[in-house]
Amino acid sequence: MKTIIEKVWDSHVVHQQPGAPTLLYIDLHLVHEVTSPQAFAGLRQRGLKVRRPDLTLATADHSIPTTDRNLPILDKIAANQLDQLEQNCRDFGIQCFGVHSSQQGIVHVIGPEYGATQPGMTVCCGDSHTATHGAFGALAFGIGTSEVEQILATQCVLQRKSKTFQVKVDGVLSPGVTAKDIILHLISKIGVGGGTGCVFEYSGSAIRALSMEQRMTVCNMSIEGGARAGMIAPDDATFQYLAGRQFSPKGAEWDAALARWKKLPTDEGAAFDHTLSIDAASIEPMITYGTNPGMGMGITAPLPDPASIADPRERDSMVKALKYMGLEGGKPLLGHPVNVVFIGSCTNSRISDLRSAASILKGRKVNPSVRVMVVPGSQEVKRQAEAEGLPQIFRDAGCDWREPGCSMCIAMNGDMLQPGEYSVSTSNRNFEGRQGKGGRTFLASPLTAAASALSGVVSDVRRIM
Amino acid sequence: MKPFTPFESRLVPMPLDNIDTDQVIPARFLKTTSKEGLDKQLFYDWRYDAQGNPKPDFILNQPQGQNAEILLAGDNFGCGSSREHAPWALTQFGFRAVISTSFADIFTQNSLKNSLLPLIVPADVHAELFALVANQPEARVKVDLASQTLTLPDGKIIEFPVDPFSKTCMLEGVDELGWILKQEPSIAEFEKQMVGTLNTLGA
Repeated sequence: MKTIIEKVWDSHVVHQQPGAPTLLYIDLHLVHEVTSPQAFAGLRQRGLKVRRPDLTLATADHSIPTTDRNLPILDKIAANQLDQLEQNCRDFGIQCFGVHSSQQGIVHVIGPEYGATQPGMTVCCGDSHTATHGAFGALAFGIGTSEVEQILATQCVLQRKSKTFQVKVDGVLSPGVTAKDIILHLISKIGVGGGTGCVFEYSGSAIRALSMEQRMTVCNMSIEGGARAGMIAPDDATFQYLAGRQFSPKGAEWDAALARWKKLPTDEGAAFDHTLSIDAASIEPMITYGTNPGMGMGITAPLPDPASIADPRERDSMVKALKYMGLEGGKPLLGHPVNVVFIGSCTNSRISDLRSAASILKGRKVNPSVRVMVVPGSQEVKRQAEAEGLPQIFRDAGCDWREPGCSMCIAMNGDMLQPGEYSVSTSNRNFEGRQGKGGRTFLASPLTAAASALSGVVSDVRRIM
Repeated sequence: MKPFTPFESRLVPMPLDNIDTDQVIPARFLKTTSKEGLDKQLFYDWRYDAQGNPKPDFILNQPQGQNAEILLAGDNFGCGSSREHAPWALTQFGFRAVISTSFADIFTQNSLKNSLLPLIVPADVHAELFALVANQPEARVKVDLASQTLTLPDGKIIEFPVDPFSKTCMLEGVDELGWILKQEPSIAEFEKQMVGTLNTLGA
């Protein structure tokens, strides 16, 4: 009896030498401009080729501006990095959805969108949010640049087996509560190190009820709970999503793949190293208040009071976080003024996220004191949104509709907070300075972000639904 | 990589839990295509004010933070982003080990590949080290990877765990890619078995 985690692992073991980590084969290697240049330089130094360009896919997302793509890129350092990605891909024969490609987008949006991500695969990318692809029942984890180089050269990576951690979410989510709230709730319970050394498997009726895009939101933030990967067993929703996509198998190959995929779910009675159960009905819309994603709470809760924390280092960390955030323990966060609302990132920039935000913003106006940026996850998401008339809804409400990329999630491309500014952001990290030096981030769902954009303060979307 | 040799150093205390790699090196410095020159950007936003002047209250700007090779940090060091720029910046600044009770998984992997030792100690030893550095800022500890020991000034020896494979690579100064390349026959054999199930992208 095996978990899905073990099944995927076992089927990718290339070599196991006693005392050494497992040599694991990687089925799909996703590449972007920030963590790859030094890896390609390494290949050149050693005179190596890319072993499997046909299993490698690149795109430009992190440092790419979200302004009109016909304009020159003003940041010369970013422009050079983007140029290098395209040059490296040309030199090594890798398919690249570059700056001007009609298929460009955030790496964790395009992989699934074009059917490159499939059940049972091992997927790696030099990006910690590679966990996203686990939504398809793939074992997908982030790696550093040395490992990017290893996979480029050998299609393999050395890994120690992780522990298995079952996160079971049963029951029905309340209105106004989303996939984002499930994952923020989990991380607030276990902390940012709670899943270290583990791979999560999300299961239970509330997970089954999620769409593929919602499952991606959950798996995406597994790393914020310390787990390198998070998986959801494939089911009919997965198969329907994948059918007919560009890189999905076709014809007899599809049938064969489907037969393999159906054997992936965890066997009944398989044991996990850790298990946690969550009642979906107990989850409120969530928001973070501090400087890591574990510092989250139900949106109506008061801020934690450091004086009530016994452990001195933990208390100091909380004091430091609240000081950075300019917040006072014990007070509510609801009603706190907001300067910027960011709707985007590999967590929440897919079409259903944009529809969700638009459902709140339609026919309304955002508070004039708030700058609202809506950044679709990919060119494909952008086209779909345009076909549905979403940009007009956003513009009529007073939002800025932009070109696809990571944008203000990581603030490498000029989209950023000013020192001291507050954002409600649908992204995944509220670390100090993550959205711009001195910027302060409240992480939340697209619904909460849209509601806060309207009022100009942190708001409970349930009051206007 | 140079072989990882035993060394003795003062400790640079950073008593905060969950120090993420965005703090170790902020994302705006990741637009570089080089591995070099990152020491200047280490802990940049904690180290420098808006005008780029050193903040005197930050440890790396104090004598205690200079010319020491061990960072003593709170629990779960290196969480968040997978950027290998974090160990690059730490080693270029001069650190050879970070001591904590726990490290994030990706940071651990990245560090071991760059001759930076993520040295795990139990909570009581961790607390003892913070107390030691508070009382005797000049105290030096000894790190010996071969014997997997940390020796305190009073002679007390603490054993620490390390992945045996990574240990060998670090001690011998060899990198993993060379080892993987030697597994070519196994890789080729695996690919032969997988023909038809590997999903090629039609490049």
